[in-house]
Amino acid sequence: MSFEPKILGILCNWCSYTGADLAGTARMKYPANMRSVRVMCSGRVDPGFILNALRSGADGVLICGCHPGDCHYVEGNYKCMRRIPLTKKLLADMGIDPRRLRLEWVSASEGARFQSVVTGFTEEIRTLGPLELRELNFDAEHPAGTAQEISAAAS
Amino acid sequence: MISIEIDGKQIEVEEETTILNAANALDIKIPTLCYNELIEPYAVCRICVVEVIRRKRTRLVTACNYPLRESVKVRTNSERVLKLRRMNLELLMARAPAAKIIQEMAAEMGLETTRFPIENPKESCILCGLCVQMCQDVVGAYAIGFADRGSKREVSTPYERTPETCILCGACAQVCPTGHIRMTDAEERIIHSKLSLGPNAAITIPFRQAIPNVPRIHAEHCIHFKTGECMLCSKVCPKDCIHYDDKDEIEEFEIGAVIVATGFDDFDPTPMKQLGYGRYPNILTGAEFEQMNNAGSPTGGKIVMENGEEPRSVAILHCIGSRDENYHKYCSRVCCMYALKFAHLVKEKSNAEVYQLYVDMRAFGKGYEEFYQRILDEGVNVIRGKGTEIVPNRSGAGDGALLVRCEDTLIGKFREIPVDMVVLCSALEARSDATDLARKLNISAGADGWFIESHPKLGPVSTTTEGIYLAGVCQGPKDIPDTVAQGSAAAAQAMKMLAQGQILMDAAYAEIAEEFCSGCRICNGLCPYNAISFDETKKVSNVNSAMCKACGTCVAACPTGAIAARHFTDEQIYAQIEGILV
Repeated sequence: MSFEPKILGILCNWCSYTGADLAGTARMKYPANMRSVRVMCSGRVDPGFILNALRSGADGVLICGCHPGDCHYVEGNYKCMRRIPLTKKLLADMGIDPRRLRLEWVSASEGARFQSVVTGFTEEIRTLGPLELRELNFDAEHPAGTAQEISAAAS
Repeated sequence: MISIEIDGKQIEVEEETTILNAANALDIKIPTLCYNELIEPYAVCRICVVEVIRRKRTRLVTACNYPLRESVKVRTNSERVLKLRRMNLELLMARAPAAKIIQEMAAEMGLETTRFPIENPKESCILCGLCVQMCQDVVGAYAIGFADRGSKREVSTPYERTPETCILCGACAQVCPTGHIRMTDAEERIIHSKLSLGPNAAITIPFRQAIPNVPRIHAEHCIHFKTGECMLCSKVCPKDCIHYDDKDEIEEFEIGAVIVATGFDDFDPTPMKQLGYGRYPNILTGAEFEQMNNAGSPTGGKIVMENGEEPRSVAILHCIGSRDENYHKYCSRVCCMYALKFAHLVKEKSNAEVYQLYVDMRAFGKGYEEFYQRILDEGVNVIRGKGTEIVPNRSGAGDGALLVRCEDTLIGKFREIPVDMVVLCSALEARSDATDLARKLNISAGADGWFIESHPKLGPVSTTTEGIYLAGVCQGPKDIPDTVAQGSAAAAQAMKMLAQGQILMDAAYAEIAEEFCSGCRICNGLCPYNAISFDETKKVSNVNSAMCKACGTCVAACPTGAIAARHFTDEQIYAQIEGILV
């Protein structure tokens, strides 16, 4: 059986999620490997989400937002644009191929582009093979959690 | 005020009023040639001569520039006056025998010939100097003046060359009483290529149905903006409405809703070289043809070619720039029906043959198919095939100066149709500034530039931004009934929102847990809506939930994780990620 990668897609509500919806209503086929999570804006994407996803079994993470200048929230995608290269560096330092993380711009009217982006990324991850994290020795039982959780645990 | 008597009629006039104006007030007509109310009287034609009786002394004066200062009697048609007027006219007849107005005046006064020798039978200038005064005093261009002296005196340009100072305003031709000066180019062309039909004044009412129905000045043609002089329009305006120093102003309004109804741009067919638009005469776009058909157009609604003649045949080409891989892939939706209307207009107003070159006939609305049938019954030639090329008809065969080449797909043959006039049904395209406006209003525009509604079926007038609604072609090509329907719907939506006085907010917004906020203020600068403020007393940041749009940028940036985006908290997203990847 060939390797079927698991891919997490984090899509912004206004452009990419709508674009994915358009691809769906237009009956465009793209690989089922991508499972999507909706956020309001690509600026909401915390690098923690990406690390968490890779630890939880994702072989690749695709972030999609509005084209630069078209953000529904004026400039959220620019924030994302600056965070992703830093996260890629971090991944490389951790021994994870930075190609497993990709940032793409897909507007609400670009159903066809969404299709080609997802297909292309899935193919790339397929050639990269499954992500092996065993030797990195994560403590899956005790994730870092949020400030509230840490505080609650400490008190 | 002084009391004067003209031809036995009494009138009270202000001091310094001229006899001519006083007589006008009494409806007594004094003939003039060189008088123009806009120009200081020069009294050179001597036709307006009248008799003034002052203290039993009788004098002959010119009515146009004689100021009344005391009570006098004036006689405008005594024997002595008429005799002198005839003499003066005879002299003018010898000077300018070709001037039509002088011939008419002579006939009126019973003069047949002049006793003086005629030097040049083709002369029509009476040397009144109105044109010179106009050019120097009003326009301020100093492009024409008097040259030579005595019997050789003439109106001329400096050194008889085309003067550089002439701004081609045409004011000299406008005031010339005998028609000696003419604007040749402006008179010959009836249709300009750039939608400005006919010779225009620099101050016009844009079109008859314009709202507001007031004139506006075209600064690029206005004499005042070229030389700083003229200002005649403000001199004649009785209400003092004309302000030359008016500037575009930016005003700020507080509003509760926005209806975007910015319309469309007309596709310019000039880049489609094969169609010859702008290169060959009598090739018009739909909008230009429509404007020509307007009763208020310079042609008075008549369908005429540039030479003023009625066309013998007209071709109407559909789908110019629309349904075309090279320009716009979409259908512009309105062209088929207006093209049929054009065919009907041509048939109604002229005897021209009409050819419709269509790709698919889309008569989709109520009564539209019936109208199509009616056009067929009227004898319009309907050809299925796209007009591919327009060239001049060099052989001159057939009824037309142009040849339209097309493939008639129903008979499977190439055809060349000779026509006199071509109407190009050019596409509707999104305004060139549509994407800028979309960005300003925070709404989205599709790849073609049309604004995107919130849902294609369930939200056809609203946008993704609350309180902003779409109406008309800015959302996509549509005809007048559809535009009116959408406009009414948008107005109703806006009214509904304003009448409620409150709006439903999304439950999603960001919250700051004060106990975890370190007061670093990173989030303050990140918020695109300035929803986050810093509480100086508590040294923590606060989110104004009404201003927050829940983008979550601050949440991702908060170093202590004190900010939570409701409905998109870290816990929820982590749970989703972990759940989805099982």
